[in-house]
Amino acid sequence: MKREMMFKLNGEAVNVEVESAWTLLYLLREILELTGTKLGCGYGECGACTVIMDGQAVNACLVPVLEAEGKNVTTIEGLVQPDGQLHPLQRTFIDHGAVQCGFCTPGMIMSAKALLDENQSPTDEEIKESIAGNLCRCTGYVKIIEAVKAASGR
Amino acid sequence: MLHYDYHKPDSLKEALGLMAQYKDEAVFIAGGTDVMVQIEQRKLKPRALISLRNVVDLKRNEDTTIGAGVTLRELQKNPMIQEHFSALHDAACNLGSIQIRNVATIGGNICTAAPSADTACPLLVLDAKALLVSATGEREVDIDEFFVGPGKTVLRKGEILKEFKIRRFTENTGSVYIKHTRRAAMDLPIVGIAVRITLNRNDVKCRDALCALEPISKIMGYFEDEELKCEDARIAMGVVAPRPIRARHAEAALKGKVLSEKLIAEVSEIAVSEASPRDSVRGEAWYRSEMVKVLVKRGIMKAIERIVRPGEVVYPERLW
Repeated sequence: MKREMMFKLNGEAVNVEVESAWTLLYLLREILELTGTKLGCGYGECGACTVIMDGQAVNACLVPVLEAEGKNVTTIEGLVQPDGQLHPLQRTFIDHGAVQCGFCTPGMIMSAKALLDENQSPTDEEIKESIAGNLCRCTGYVKIIEAVKAASGR
Repeated sequence: MLHYDYHKPDSLKEALGLMAQYKDEAVFIAGGTDVMVQIEQRKLKPRALISLRNVVDLKRNEDTTIGAGVTLRELQKNPMIQEHFSALHDAACNLGSIQIRNVATIGGNICTAAPSADTACPLLVLDAKALLVSATGEREVDIDEFFVGPGKTVLRKGEILKEFKIRRFTENTGSVYIKHTRRAAMDLPIVGIAVRITLNRNDVKCRDALCALEPISKIMGYFEDEELKCEDARIAMGVVAPRPIRARHAEAALKGKVLSEKLIAEVSEIAVSEASPRDSVRGEAWYRSEMVKVLVKRGIMKAIERIVRPGEVVYPERLW
């Protein structure tokens, strides 16, 4: 069943025709070609597809596309400023060596952003909780936690 | 690629009407963290999904009513839940990840009816009642009667779980849910144990001993000296049977007795005898039985700690 759908993506209103059986992740990657959001497991286990929907971090692979209708969705592509300046989290991830292969990074940053948008000075425990749903097989998480802490201004 | 229709009704009436139109061949979906995975794994091939996310009737979260559509994240952040229904709060803090908890609902967790469902044991010890609604009326079911087997419940086709009713307990009551896992996050329990204890009073003289690292036998000695009595008890166990179960004999052995180390050891042995765990990838049966013994003891102590030291978190490092 094809349907027209409106939603806000990275600050811009988007009108797109979708199939009701798609996931939000499929729409983002395959139709809108925003491939910053990754497909890892497809089961909500790895967090590589994390995006922010109405202020909350969600696994885009588990969101039926029509649930994004009328919602405000932010992906990793929406973080960079129009003049090309990086988001503080992107900056600190680079500065702290929190990126190795890079596959988990967009999801990690979106999870961390959802946390910092809600809580500007999180504790270490709160940072760990926020990225508990994001698997990283390279870094061992320490650098990532340091990067989030640095971006929080603590 | 699969094809299915997707509907987003705003009310229960509309949702039930849609299900009738599909002659009960559609599937209700709430947060989707189970349903979408089953579809991805091709275990479920629905003709249509009927989303319950926008149904406001399922969102009530006040006092003694918890709507089935309340997300685990909402439960986690709700101080009322933490204070009065601590076991449920424990489950909400430890299920999946934030991404999962932001969308997954308590009703969905119960209706999927996995033997490992984290919110099941807390609801069992809190004596929750489930309100089921259909086009022809509604009925109230005790949560203990709701589960039938793995993935099976008493929910009929064309029926929706609307909300849970939980009564408020006296302040001499404490509850806890202990999820025993390999990893600290994103894992299913090897064993899950929930305990609710009501004591005959809460002015316990040895309250500081609970925070000091004194041996359990010494603390239980204080309890005995003070004749601290267990007025009422509930013990529920997950992943030790085809469905989450109550340890009724263990509860009976605890009720009305003065707490002592010997009593708690007996109660935990009885709980083991009521469990019938299996070997699985997460743990072997013998190990699950051993952990039931340990965790029932620990759960009783933590529930008491919550009565005696209210408003304080249970220290994870204090293992009892």
